[in-house]
Amino acid sequence: MNPLVFLLLAVLTVAAAISVVVTANPVHSALGLVVTLFLLSVFFVALDAQLVAVLQVIVYAGAIVVLFLFVVMLLNLQGERRLTGGMGLLVAAIAGALAFTALLVTLLGRSAPAPSTTVPAGFGETQALAQRLFTSHLLAFELTSVLLLVAVVGAVALSRR
Amino acid sequence: MNPTPLSWYLGLSAVLFTVGVLGVLVRRNVIIIFMAIEIMLNAVNLAFVAIARSLGSMDGQVMVFFVMTVAAAEAAVGLAIILAVFRSRETTNADELMSLRW
Repeated sequence: MNPLVFLLLAVLTVAAAISVVVTANPVHSALGLVVTLFLLSVFFVALDAQLVAVLQVIVYAGAIVVLFLFVVMLLNLQGERRLTGGMGLLVAAIAGALAFTALLVTLLGRSAPAPSTTVPAGFGETQALAQRLFTSHLLAFELTSVLLLVAVVGAVALSRR
Repeated sequence: MNPTPLSWYLGLSAVLFTVGVLGVLVRRNVIIIFMAIEIMLNAVNLAFVAIARSLGSMDGQVMVFFVMTVAAAEAAVGLAIILAVFRSRETTNADELMSLRW
């Protein structure tokens, strides 16, 4: 990806993520979340992760955010106080966030290995991912199916009463 | 060909993660806190995919697959809990939800 395009997309992504956190209306937050997730899927395509990018759009933007919007509209949330704790906590949180970001960016920039310019053929496609998933990560995959079953049963049990 | 250095992706991931942490810290609405958690999970996904690309290994992308599954399960159960709490308490304000049982 062209560095200029990367910077533009990165600024847009961070702006969308910040809009999720700062807007008062939960519906606007959910829409900001959709924009963030779509922009992240563009980065995934640029990083040769085509299947993950498609899954990101289908699972996150398609299913999870719709679930969020559904709950927001069901509860009809309006006119709540936005921030917790008051200004002191807000200033402390922002200062801490800036310091944490500076620390992480410095550490990661230093420790990062040089990117490999060549990847194996078919990298990031469905076949390569499925090959890893169903051979070396088979146990985790099966456990994930149990987790999803438990989540479905739990969600039904919680909402029935 | 990918001329963008890995550290840029990791930096973006770190910034997004921090935005998510900030959202969890300063917002009152439980649903917004949930969305901030999703932002954090996605920041980590970006780091996984960038490192997988850099190492030429598919394992990072497999991990993203699992993270997405766990995020979906977490959203389903969490939103069901929020609905159940809202039914008995009529609020989604995290500061008012202090008791463990009622």
